[in-house]
Amino acid sequence: MKILLTTKGTEWDSKMDPRFGRTEFFFIYDEETEKIDIYDNRSIANEAHGAGPKTAQIMSEYNINVLITGNGPGGNAGAVVSQMGIKVFVGAGEMTVKEAFDAYKNGDLRET
Amino acid sequence: MKIAIASGKGGTGKTTVSTNLASLLAESENVVLTDLDVEEPNSGLFISGKKIREEDKFKMIPEWKKDECILCGNCQKVCNFNAVMKLGKMIMVFPELCHGCYACSELCPTKSLPMIPKKMGELKHFKSGNLDFIESKLIIGEEQAVPLIKQTLDYVDENFPKRTIKIFDAPPGTSCPVIEATKDADLILLVTEPTPFGLHDLILAIETMKELKKEMGVIINRFGIGDNNVEKYCEENNIPIIAKIPNMRKIAEIYSGGNLIYTKIPEVKIQLESIISFISEYQQENVL
Repeated sequence: MKILLTTKGTEWDSKMDPRFGRTEFFFIYDEETEKIDIYDNRSIANEAHGAGPKTAQIMSEYNINVLITGNGPGGNAGAVVSQMGIKVFVGAGEMTVKEAFDAYKNGDLRET
Repeated sequence: MKIAIASGKGGTGKTTVSTNLASLLAESENVVLTDLDVEEPNSGLFISGKKIREEDKFKMIPEWKKDECILCGNCQKVCNFNAVMKLGKMIMVFPELCHGCYACSELCPTKSLPMIPKKMGELKHFKSGNLDFIESKLIIGEEQAVPLIKQTLDYVDENFPKRTIKIFDAPPGTSCPVIEATKDADLILLVTEPTPFGLHDLILAIETMKELKKEMGVIINRFGIGDNNVEKYCEENNIPIIAKIPNMRKIAEIYSGGNLIYTKIPEVKIQLESIISFISEYQQENVL
């Protein structure tokens, strides 16, 4: 499984970013290779409109299976996510990256 | 002559002023009142008339035809609004984000994004005596107010002579819809309340209108509450205060019932008359 978490930093003990479209970073963890990939999304702050679809477009290039975030994508980004067949887990906005990943593994996050 | 009733802050009384001013003016001449707050029009709550026209309004958006598409991604690159996205082997269009600029469509090398009409809202035209009332409303889910405001203004231009007094009930704030609703107006009347919050947003509105090089006057609503800083500011900046509508519980009660106020409260009628003389002076000076 390739898992993407929306985060405010680049480490396992960084805070999650509860927002999808305007998340600061993607923290992408590949369970098979145990490799971590980081994408810096901070330039999204300059977008007045359509942050959700733009972030979703970038996400689509990583071929991920699971998205873990806080509030979940809005309507436009949600359309992309469901088009790509990505599973979405929400409610991890106040956790650290590690806590969010563990909560997902334990089945403690809500799937949308 | 075009008069836009605007404000920085929402809820200061734009609709109260627009509907009462238009109705009082219509007692003696032809007036067109247009509600340009297309996201939540409410002037219609206070104006009753016979509906004489109803039109669907459309904007043009691209639709992806996959057969000829070579997935070059040019459409995504040229879109300034993130409304067209290349996702793997498909192109996705987000109609609510689209500003209808045609860039993706015109610059597509395989003509795979033809523009098609999409309904964005409805325009209704009512008539009651000397008063024509026009209201446009976005349909639920539509985010773009500007194209509908523009088409509504075009409708007014096409259907009424230049000389007729036209009152535009503008949206609140200072963003794109406000610019669209005010940019063609000869005169801007800014409605505010005499509170720190009212003043803060009034200043934003005044600065915006100065940028547009507009003539303006300020109407203080709910006069008597708050402080006198709005008056001080207007005095220091040479912006005329043309009316002070008193803060009265009775006004709120009449408004809540969906009724016009000036017919029942003489103090309000006096203030409206002061606005009307300000408008006439402007008309005479500028031969409109």
